[in-house]
Amino acid sequence: MILDILALTLIALGAAFFVAGTIGLLRFPDTLCRLHALTKADGLGMGLTCLGVTLLAGSAGEIARILLIWFFVAASSAICGHLIARHVRRATDTEER
Amino acid sequence: MADPLLIFDALLGVALIALAIAVLVVRDRFAMIVLFIIFGLMTALAWVRLSAPDVALAEAAIGTGLAGALMLKTLHHIRAAPAAPVPVSVGVVFANMGFCAMVFVGLAIAFMATSLEAPGLAPQVAQNIDASGVAHPVTAVLLNFRAYDTLMEVVVLLAAIIAVWMIERGIEQAPARHLGEIYRGFARLALPAIVVIGTYLLWVGAYAPGGAFQGGAALAAVGLLLLLSGLYRPQPAHRPIARLGFVLGIAVFASVALLVASGGRLPFEYPPAHAKTLILLIEGVVTISIAVTLAALFHGREPEAIPVSETRA
Amino acid sequence: MSSGMIFGLTGLAIFTIGLFGALVMVEPLRRVLALKLCSVGGGFMLVVAAWRAPPEVADPVPHALVITGIVVMISATAVALALIRRLHTLEHDSDD
Repeated sequence: MILDILALTLIALGAAFFVAGTIGLLRFPDTLCRLHALTKADGLGMGLTCLGVTLLAGSAGEIARILLIWFFVAASSAICGHLIARHVRRATDTEER
Repeated sequence: MADPLLIFDALLGVALIALAIAVLVVRDRFAMIVLFIIFGLMTALAWVRLSAPDVALAEAAIGTGLAGALMLKTLHHIRAAPAAPVPVSVGVVFANMGFCAMVFVGLAIAFMATSLEAPGLAPQVAQNIDASGVAHPVTAVLLNFRAYDTLMEVVVLLAAIIAVWMIERGIEQAPARHLGEIYRGFARLALPAIVVIGTYLLWVGAYAPGGAFQGGAALAAVGLLLLLSGLYRPQPAHRPIARLGFVLGIAVFASVALLVASGGRLPFEYPPAHAKTLILLIEGVVTISIAVTLAALFHGREPEAIPVSETRA
Repeated sequence: MSSGMIFGLTGLAIFTIGLFGALVMVEPLRRVLALKLCSVGGGFMLVVAAWRAPPEVADPVPHALVITGIVVMISATAVALALIRRLHTLEHDSDD
């Protein structure tokens, strides 16, 4: 019961971070700021959600899979952020030239 | 009264319809494709709600991931074209809108009139699952009860790659852009993991959601990573291997069917004692064929002998 | 009201939107996307036909059909996109 409440709190907190990230995405002025909001807030949201789900998981196998999912989502979102930022920098460089 | 999950379903349904409309009306073509990808991921969620996890996996991996990559690649190729060609006249739009509304009303009446919870074919599948060689009903349907459909599906993939190679013959493609060292490092990290995930999806298909198509799509993602990171560049000399990959699945699938038929049974009526082995063999080679074909569909053009001036990236 | 009913009507709406897009849109890429919407809508109808109220198991046959449909659709999409790229190359060459 206490575990359930703890898990739900963590998942709700994670969802709140996702909402914050999305607000940032919609409200911030340029691509780099938006990227900042997305990668930071969503990374934390993802981690909290995974932690919450881990508490509810039934077996060690499930926990291992959730952790793997967390690792790959975190890695790929970092790479996505990098690629977008790289693209933006190149695009602005060519404009200024 | 209302089950909170039903409210979730209704919200999801509205979001899906809104996204579908947004895909058609948004001006920017890049945004259009991104919206479609979001739409695809949301449908995967809806399919989980409809207790169809196999479909959700296939939709997320093939219908959204790979299709999105293909669309973005095509957009990169045709980005020079003007985005807004001649608009259609208002009369045509309204006439079509009227026709589509009629289609919707007709189908909706037919849908409402049909009972949702008819028994269907589930009892028959459940009755015969023990003889099929696998424990997961969807895999049993795909690889045993309706194996003929699946064979034809692999043939469709082969036809598609032949058509793409014919259509793109001699086209100069915009050289693939190098995505940088960090991406390449990520590819090196992710490649072995995706291979394991693809094989796991294939293996787990025998008793849980997963199977040849989902596993093949994951392995095709390996091909996409290799192509995008520049770790692998298709060479003309590799064409025979690629061709072997395209036909391997069909060849093994068809020869198993003929072999079974030669033993006095129907073509896909595997003997129950060997069903599991045969299905695993077929699934294994079909997965390889699907992975190779999907990756080749993404690459598009047949690797021909290219002049040196074009090979520099 | 049930999940099946909600998503059945959603599927119908998506199919109709896709049909309308395929009829009215001029841009080839958008037309391909509209047809993909149609195929997703059709898939919804089949999966809804398989849906049973949770304690009962779903009918696997329509699920297998939809998976087949998804693979056939990606084949068709790939060919259509190759045609779009070819068409663009031809038009582009004639401009020069």
